Amino acid sequence: MAKNDLQGTLDLLVLKTLSQLGELHGYGIVVHIQRASDELLKVEEGSLYPALHRMEQSGWVASSWGLTATNRKAKYYKLTAVGRKQLRAAEADFEHLVRGVRAILHYA
Amino acid sequence: MSISQRIFNLFSKSEVARDIDAELQSHIDLRIEESLAAGITPEQARRDALVRFGNPLATRERVLGEDAALLLESIAADIRFAWRQLVKNLGFAATAVIVLALGIGASVSIFAFVDAALIKPLPYADPARLAQVTETTAFFSTPANLSYPDYLDWKRQASTLSSLDVYGGAGYLLGTESGMVPVPALKVSAGFFRTLGVQPVLGRDFNPSEDQPQAAPVVVLSYNSWRHRFNGQPGIIGQTVDLSGEPTTIIGVLPKEFHFAPRGNAEFFTPLVATAASACLMRRSCHNLVGVGRLKPGVTIQQAQAEFKAIAANLERQYPASNRGQGASVMSLANAFLGDIRPILLALLSGAGLLLAIACVNVSSLLLVRSESRRREVSLRGALGASYWRLLRQFITEGLLLVGVGGLLGIAAAYVATKMLKAMLSKNMLAQMPYLNDVGMNLHTLFFALVVCAFAAALFSLAPLLQLTLGGGGLRDGLAEGSRGASGLTWRRFGENLVVVELAIAVVLLVGAGLLGKSFYRLLHVELGFEPNHLATVDVILPPKQYAKEDQQRAAAHAILDRIQRLPGVQAAGTSSVVVLSGNGNTDWIRFVGRSYDGRHNEVNEREVSANYLQTIGASLQRGRYFTDAEDASKPKVVLINQALARTYFPGQNPIGQRFGDTSLTPTSIREIVGVVNDVREGGLDEPIVPAEYEPFNQSPDTYMTLVVRTAGNENDILPTLISAIRGFDPGISTDDETTMALRISGSSTAYLHRTAAWLVGGFAALALVLSVVGLYGVIAYSVSQRTREIGVRMALGAQRANVYRLVLRQSGRLTAFGVAVGLVCSIGAAALARKLLFGTQPWDLGTLMVVALTLGSAAMLASFLPAQRAASVNPVEALRAE
Repeated sequence: MAKNDLQGTLDLLVLKTLSQLGELHGYGIVVHIQRASDELLKVEEGSLYPALHRMEQSGWVASSWGLTATNRKAKYYKLTAVGRKQLRAAEADFEHLVRGVRAILHYA
Repeated sequence: MSISQRIFNLFSKSEVARDIDAELQSHIDLRIEESLAAGITPEQARRDALVRFGNPLATRERVLGEDAALLLESIAADIRFAWRQLVKNLGFAATAVIVLALGIGASVSIFAFVDAALIKPLPYADPARLAQVTETTAFFSTPANLSYPDYLDWKRQASTLSSLDVYGGAGYLLGTESGMVPVPALKVSAGFFRTLGVQPVLGRDFNPSEDQPQAAPVVVLSYNSWRHRFNGQPGIIGQTVDLSGEPTTIIGVLPKEFHFAPRGNAEFFTPLVATAASACLMRRSCHNLVGVGRLKPGVTIQQAQAEFKAIAANLERQYPASNRGQGASVMSLANAFLGDIRPILLALLSGAGLLLAIACVNVSSLLLVRSESRRREVSLRGALGASYWRLLRQFITEGLLLVGVGGLLGIAAAYVATKMLKAMLSKNMLAQMPYLNDVGMNLHTLFFALVVCAFAAALFSLAPLLQLTLGGGGLRDGLAEGSRGASGLTWRRFGENLVVVELAIAVVLLVGAGLLGKSFYRLLHVELGFEPNHLATVDVILPPKQYAKEDQQRAAAHAILDRIQRLPGVQAAGTSSVVVLSGNGNTDWIRFVGRSYDGRHNEVNEREVSANYLQTIGASLQRGRYFTDAEDASKPKVVLINQALARTYFPGQNPIGQRFGDTSLTPTSIREIVGVVNDVREGGLDEPIVPAEYEPFNQSPDTYMTLVVRTAGNENDILPTLISAIRGFDPGISTDDETTMALRISGSSTAYLHRTAAWLVGGFAALALVLSVVGLYGVIAYSVSQRTREIGVRMALGAQRANVYRLVLRQSGRLTAFGVAVGLVCSIGAAALARKLLFGTQPWDLGTLMVVALTLGSAAMLASFLPAQRAASVNPVEALRAE
């Protein structure tokens, strides 16, 4: 349970996004999460970048500078092997949480 | 990110920061680009992006904060910033650092003494199980000595001790190339070192048979004696030395750390041998030994005490003549050695602790005032995105930096102070307190210093924390003009409480210093019963082999006195077996002729003096006559008594012509009282006057005497002449401890301890007075500066200058009165606890309390007069316009 806090959820969203779309910059991650969640989830930039930096330090993601489609410099992140493993664990944790919360909500 | 990358980050913070900045910037650019694509105007797009993104600086800080290694970097930045802040505000920083250094230095240096004396264990095996075992009598308030026959009985019967041994002070004349030198020694029973659990570093200690009468004479050396008298020769064991004419074999050398406080300067340790020659050891009534025992496992001091009391009671029944009134005392050896110095050291440590407390309170209120005046800066930083913790960390860093610098200075000051205090200890004092040889900075004291610093640091971090928390919303309000309302008031209340604490502590220290100073004065001005100025004293020791016969001793003493009296500048000279102020003891039990006797021991000080000794020291004859030189062994035995003896045993009667002798009235012991002298202080300055008898030296001569000389001029100058005059008579005679009566008085351990305590606590109190008054000034001045507008309004509405003065002085008067009142109550309590240290002074000494209250009160009023004046000179128009 301990991992299922908000920060853990942000990590999960970022890792999942990277696993689905491959290499992506921070802005791209924000936009993708917003679109893919039908505008339900908005990621705060103020939380995203510290999270990315932390995940990079933990070795879950790797970064490199690259160019966008419009020829702009941006820092691209991609999942590492450790990150993939972490994603599986985070997904399992989240499923666990959702099942638990749903069970509570539907309890009659 | 690899470890090496992280470490690299640590050294290239700007690199990482640039990287993050670039990334955040690219994020903002991407958003602007998208908005433009959606058809929004460039300005609008830019604005939206920035608003959405929030504070880029704060975000960067947070991203950097994720980098564990970079946390260190930001702390370093804090320290640099704190340092700049302190340097910018040098007056504040210097004050705080000096105040802290004083507090820390004082407490650490006192602790160094406490550590050496009270914390470090005695240098024996399992010292907690060692006990001092002695007899007690009504004559002495402290434990008395033990007689050898009693010791043998005690040793045989004791079941609570695994071993019991005895020691007694001794002195020898050591034969050296330059003549006979007196050396301090200790006579010990053979098992003494085994009981203490001390192993010699060279050779061995005594065999059980070596304290038997037929044993060959042997000696164990102290480490210092071996190093200095025998140049540390490795082959010393087995060599022979001449001790008072007796060739003695050296069998061992004691370890360097060994010391024995009752005779700390003892260099030679010899077995205590009971032979017919050592008459005292054969008598049950001659008490000259002290016992040291080791408790059996599981036995407490109280159990041993109970057992020895029972044994002593048995002996009392068995030998009523000698043992009547002789009880037993068992106390831990540490207590016996350190009992006198413990209360003084603890009082000094408390004094230093109070000074430290006042210093810390002072610095925290300085910090509070400062952080109050930095309210704007804090608010601004908060508005720019600094988090609560980030701000707090900045304050804590500043506090730690202050403590760090103050602590380092304080430790340096303590290092110097301990050296100076130790240098002030005389050789005699160190001989009585050998454990103080180890005083100095060591791991214990450094640890203590660290604890003190940590305590101070915690306090200084707590103050801004409280303020930020109490100030709460004030953090953001601070930017607004004139927002000095609630939080300023909260702080002012807090600051006022702090000042009351400071004032109360200052009162306690001042009262303590006053009482100790008064005690010291009383001690030095105690009624001596003799005239101490212009008296020179020197111990004279006749070599016992050459002066074995009483006639030889009489002739020598006579010849020496004759020579001395003919020296220029000498007004009078005399000798005594024990010189004045040496301590009560060397007593005699007397029984009066023609009175019924119930066997009680009438114990009196016994002194053998030359015919003109009492005139020499300036005692005064109350009745009868002095004895003369002619009254020697061939004449009837005579004696002089002091007034205390006359008061006690001849109340309302004329003692002249009365006679007394020993407890069995042996005919040769009976003497006739020919005169009464005033009460001369034979004991220490703080000891009571007890009955004393003065016998003519010529009727009971000895090889040891103290020569006392009254001079016309400076008594110091005559000392070398005295010694050469004695040597001129016979170079074989040795002299020792040449000094003056004035030095004996001021150098006595009682005087030293009282003087040191009075001066140190006085110093602490002076500092506390200054600190507390400065603290009060700070609070009043701050409060006036905060109330400028209010005062302006009051004056605009017609308040007179006198009213403004009253307004300010009333505030400080209230604080002072409160602080002084609390302090006086506390100080009476503290003085009652430290009652043992007072001499001739009551803890509630009204004079001292009043002087302290007045001193502090007037100093406080003076300190608040300046801000009051400033308040009264406020121009109402300007004060109001300034808002």
